[in-house]
Amino acid sequence: MIDKPLERSVLPHTKLPARFWRKLGERLIVSVLFLAGLSSVATMAAIVLLLLWESLEFFRVVSFWEFITSTEWTPILSRDNPQYGILPLLSGTLVSAGVALLVSIPIGTVAAMYLSEFALPRVRDFIKPILEILAGVPTVVYGYFALLVVTPALQTILPDLGTFNLLSAGMVMGVMIVPFVSSISEDAMQAVPSNLREAAHASGSTRFQVAWRVVYPAAISGISSAYILAASRAVGETMIVSIAAGGLPQMVWNPMEQGATITAFIVQVAKGDLPRGTLEYQTIFAAGLTLIVITLALNIIGHFLAKRYREIY
Amino acid sequence: MVDESQTSEPVIAVKSGVELKAQAKDLNFFYGDNRVLKNVNLPVPDRKVTALIGPSGCGKTTLLRCFNRMHDLYPGNRYEGEIRLDALNILSRQVDPIEVRMRVGMVFQRPNPFPKSIYENVAYSLRVRGRIRRSILDEYVEGALTRAALWSEVKDRLQEPAFTLSGGQQQRLCIARALVSEPELLLLDEPTSALDPIATDSIENLLNELKSQVSILIVTHSMQQAARFSDYTAFMYLGKMLEFGNTTNLFAKPTNPKTEDYLSGRVG
Ligand SMILES: Nc1ncnc2c1ncn2[C@@H]1O[C@H](COP(=O)(O)OP(=O)(O)OP(=O)(O)O)[C@@H](O)[C@H]1O
Ligand SMILES: [Mg+2]
Repeated sequence: MIDKPLERSVLPHTKLPARFWRKLGERLIVSVLFLAGLSSVATMAAIVLLLLWESLEFFRVVSFWEFITSTEWTPILSRDNPQYGILPLLSGTLVSAGVALLVSIPIGTVAAMYLSEFALPRVRDFIKPILEILAGVPTVVYGYFALLVVTPALQTILPDLGTFNLLSAGMVMGVMIVPFVSSISEDAMQAVPSNLREAAHASGSTRFQVAWRVVYPAAISGISSAYILAASRAVGETMIVSIAAGGLPQMVWNPMEQGATITAFIVQVAKGDLPRGTLEYQTIFAAGLTLIVITLALNIIGHFLAKRYREIY
Repeated sequence: MVDESQTSEPVIAVKSGVELKAQAKDLNFFYGDNRVLKNVNLPVPDRKVTALIGPSGCGKTTLLRCFNRMHDLYPGNRYEGEIRLDALNILSRQVDPIEVRMRVGMVFQRPNPFPKSIYENVAYSLRVRGRIRRSILDEYVEGALTRAALWSEVKDRLQEPAFTLSGGQQQRLCIARALVSEPELLLLDEPTSALDPIATDSIENLLNELKSQVSILIVTHSMQQAARFSDYTAFMYLGKMLEFGNTTNLFAKPTNPKTEDYLSGRVG
């Protein structure tokens, strides 16, 4: 036992002012970090509140039931008898996003598997920046690429394909999303401990079997969040569909037809000069709310999947 | 520095009449430019337990991983010399390492079950060999788990994830995974070093049972463990094989002074 308190002079830097300033500094840093975190939460809350508020106005006039069941969406086209069914926009969104995912998930997964499990370091260093450039190309460029290159190319195989169609927009959107899928999936696969790979090799697996039967399932929680992110991006993508998919809101299940997505509609309305406070103006908030609900649902599914398949090595 | 010419070459051989499953002959191994195994000779008698002992860093793991060409997984590694599995030189360029690994099973220092169900962990080694009927798969999985002394503990929970097992159970699961494809040689790298004494005991008993079916080469840090259940013991020191012999003889009267020092706890 120490029966005499330590002399202050033994321990340097314990004088009150120094400690006081250090503590203050720490507090300050913590507060700044907290505010930064808070600002993103606050932005999110403000967006949701605004959408809810304006949508409430919208739903005073249009019944919620009509909104989610009517198969016609003509708030602007039809002066005398406008219809407010979100389903046409929803179908356009789902079809284009579906095409995009059919392109980006297989390509992104295979690319990630190749980069993580097969590529030599030199090859990987060459390919990764190229993939990142794909993600950095402005979406307006992709949009015209879809309209002016991909659609004509597709028309040589599919003569019935119109100038505006969801197929070409979705495919190009898929290419744009590939880097998101591949980089997150690759990180997830890289995080799989090498002792699992060694165990798989020691059991007589080929390199492909190691990648496909052991590494991929072990990384599935990270990979599924890559897929969810891809889906959110596909649903939220605006420019490519606005340019290449046409703007006609119609119930559509065939990607070869033209269609309008929720985002494309919002842009179309926002570009026009509709006076604030009109019902037409408020439609974009109802549509935006729908978009947020879809994204939120995707995130919840993603969270659930990550939990369900949480890897324990 | 030890003058190499003064240390007489150790005699690494078994009595005539002992059948060998495998044999390393003048084996050198390099991690890049770093020569870690130096003219190693090691006989592995058929259906016996051979223990590999020696101080930390002497190259036991490195030697063990030559027997299933594990080093091929990483660039820059190089073998010189021969390892015979029966008559086949498995280090030959013409030999596919996957074929070697189909004949030689391996159990690692830390239990490393796949993040799959208990059943799928064991079935894995068969599934990679091609499509196999479910009934046959069931039969082999049960057989392997039984031989790994795990069946009675897991038979009602085969579909549960492997990580719900205890450490000792996981290691026995890894042994079952290695056994299910009926390897001729089983390599184990300090399989009990991460386990408590009771789990260690059960694994030792299990290996004792197994040696009638499969040749076993086991690295161990514990001399007691080597003495307890191995038939032959090999002593390595600084990348060289200094002594090999019948376990009882080697522990009773080691011929190399280094072995004697190690066994009496003066080295390592
Ligand atoms: N991947 C590697 N790359 C380069 N050198 C390595 C590698 N692995 C091991 N070594 C070196 O090879 C030598 C032998 O290592 P090894 O792991 O075979 O020893 P060990 O006898 O198994 O030791 P321990 O009892 O501590 O497990 C050591 O000097 C080690 O530093
Ligand atoms: Mg070792």
